[in-house]
Amino acid sequence: MLQYTIRRLLLSIPVLFGILLVTFMLARAIPGDPCKAMLGEKATPEVCERFYEEHGLNDPLPTQFAVYMGKVLRGDLGQSIRFSRPVAIIILERLPTTVELSLAALTLAVAIGIPLGIVSAVYRNSPVDVGTMVLANAGVSMPVYWLGLILAYTFALLLKDTPFWLPPAGRLSAGVVAHPFYEVFGWDVPQEGARYFLLEFIANMYVVNSIITRDWAVLKDALQHLALPALALSTIPLSIIARMTRSSMLEVLRQDYIRAARAKGLRRHVVILKHALRNALLPIVTIIGLQVGLLFSGAVLTETIFSFAGVGRMLFEAITARDYPVIQGFTVVIALIYVGVNLLVDLSYVFVDPRIRLD
Amino acid sequence: MTTTPSAPETDIRPVSLWRITWRRLLRQRSAQVGGAILLALVFIAVFAPVLAPYDPLEVLIGKEDVRKREAPCIHLLGCPPEKPQHIMGIDGNFRDVFSRVLYGTRVSLFVGFTTVTFAIVAGTLLGAISGYAGGWVDNVIMRLMDVLMAFPSLLLAIAIVAVLGRGLQNALLAIAIVSTPVYARVVRASVLSLKEREFVQASRALGASHAHILLRRILPNALPPLIVQGTLGVASAILDAAALSFLGLGAQPPTPEWGTMLGTERNQVFTAPHLVFFPGLAIMITVLAFNLLGDGLRDALDPRLKS
Repeated sequence: MLQYTIRRLLLSIPVLFGILLVTFMLARAIPGDPCKAMLGEKATPEVCERFYEEHGLNDPLPTQFAVYMGKVLRGDLGQSIRFSRPVAIIILERLPTTVELSLAALTLAVAIGIPLGIVSAVYRNSPVDVGTMVLANAGVSMPVYWLGLILAYTFALLLKDTPFWLPPAGRLSAGVVAHPFYEVFGWDVPQEGARYFLLEFIANMYVVNSIITRDWAVLKDALQHLALPALALSTIPLSIIARMTRSSMLEVLRQDYIRAARAKGLRRHVVILKHALRNALLPIVTIIGLQVGLLFSGAVLTETIFSFAGVGRMLFEAITARDYPVIQGFTVVIALIYVGVNLLVDLSYVFVDPRIRLD
Repeated sequence: MTTTPSAPETDIRPVSLWRITWRRLLRQRSAQVGGAILLALVFIAVFAPVLAPYDPLEVLIGKEDVRKREAPCIHLLGCPPEKPQHIMGIDGNFRDVFSRVLYGTRVSLFVGFTTVTFAIVAGTLLGAISGYAGGWVDNVIMRLMDVLMAFPSLLLAIAIVAVLGRGLQNALLAIAIVSTPVYARVVRASVLSLKEREFVQASRALGASHAHILLRRILPNALPPLIVQGTLGVASAILDAAALSFLGLGAQPPTPEWGTMLGTERNQVFTAPHLVFFPGLAIMITVLAFNLLGDGLRDALDPRLKS
């Protein structure tokens, strides 16, 4: 297991190298003068010369790449043009929002998708099965941003003045403040260093923060704001998970040992949940892991619609403002997370299926 | 007068694999539905000028009694007959939404087919070379594909377009690039499993060239998974292209593209929901058609997967 983990980690090095190379080349592929692209069309030749010198753009390309790689490895993703602040800090501030949103969506998708898939497989060809599969097919074909807008229209406008009303934008209502838990507990934290960023990261996940501080009013407000974006974002993963659970369960349910378990008089739900589901889980876990990429892509669209201040919305704003370092930094970070999650999924197979030996 | 030999009593003509597949496909419910929707969409795309009541770019202010972002007016549903009929309403630039949605079919089908064709050609080339040549060539090509697959596809497409500049053409290129690795992998896997088979070795023993073996012996047999992947690929290409347009990176106004239509009017969802509803519905129906057809094809082409 340890050996396998180390080998997999070593194998990801070429991929990580490739990721950096691709993002580096993307930045170099910006058409026209990088100086004018970054500083605006009015930049004078003298200003540009200084800009080239400062950014090492007069060096040969391999040198530039080496410098870039060294910076990224040290966590330096460059300066945002728009905010004149380090990109890494901006991403760190915005990432918790996206992580919270993605986790909420994934939780919904798993909590609803797996039971739906099981019911569909057990009652194959029943109206429940047909209905679920029709919805699942529609679900994977739906543009996330369209569903988001329809949900916003339905819950914020049509259901106004009912208990089902939900806010269509933002993370908290005006006037509601989520005090970071470390301030509430009176911890003295200097505003720098890894510890501060870790605490900030957790505190910026408002749902988690309000549970820690036991501020139920803020928790309710945060959950209400999270509901619609999470619902919209969960649709595609939910549909995929439901379909995969169904087909995987169908495969397992016709095995002999399932019939044997039933024949020896075990209750139906025991056979389905303990004998069948456990063995059907492997492809489901794989597919859940693959959703992470979809969630981040979907987050760009969902956050844009619901004015959610996460990295997705940040990317959208950066594109609009042509803030290239932010786009580049964001791409690197998301690709790294994606590679990391895929590694975790591979490693989790051992726990899901003890027959698998990773070595 | 010559006589042709009479036909045998029983028909013993060989039935080709494609024929069997076709018959199997026609029996698939999902393929039936998907195929029917697709046919309808192709019909709409081809005959859009005949079917659309207005030019998709025509600004109707001053020509008709219309208001900005007016709700749909359908005579059958009680809209006064003296008012001109606009079954999907009017958009923010006084244009007929129904005509724009119809013309949008052209853009979406074009996007889907061109990107996937490009991706399939490039992917097949890379995958075939990789699988057939093996060794370091295989390693270099496949590691490159791994890197491209290490990015979530839509995000890489966004990054590429953000750099190349917005516009439909760059969006198409970006989507084609990010979808190439899937086809390369599919073809490589087929080539690897086929190149050691007896019929390929027989061909090699007969002195056939590499090109002949690859093009005539191996690739035709590698087609089925490629067709399935391609059909499903059209669905995701259309979805991704619409998303890029929605973000303002793909097709630019006033092109009647569904994603662009949604993107430009998204802030109006509370006041004029029809401007958001219909283009999105069109995207969903089109993507659904390709997804259903792809599922049906998979079941028809690979009987082992059929449950």
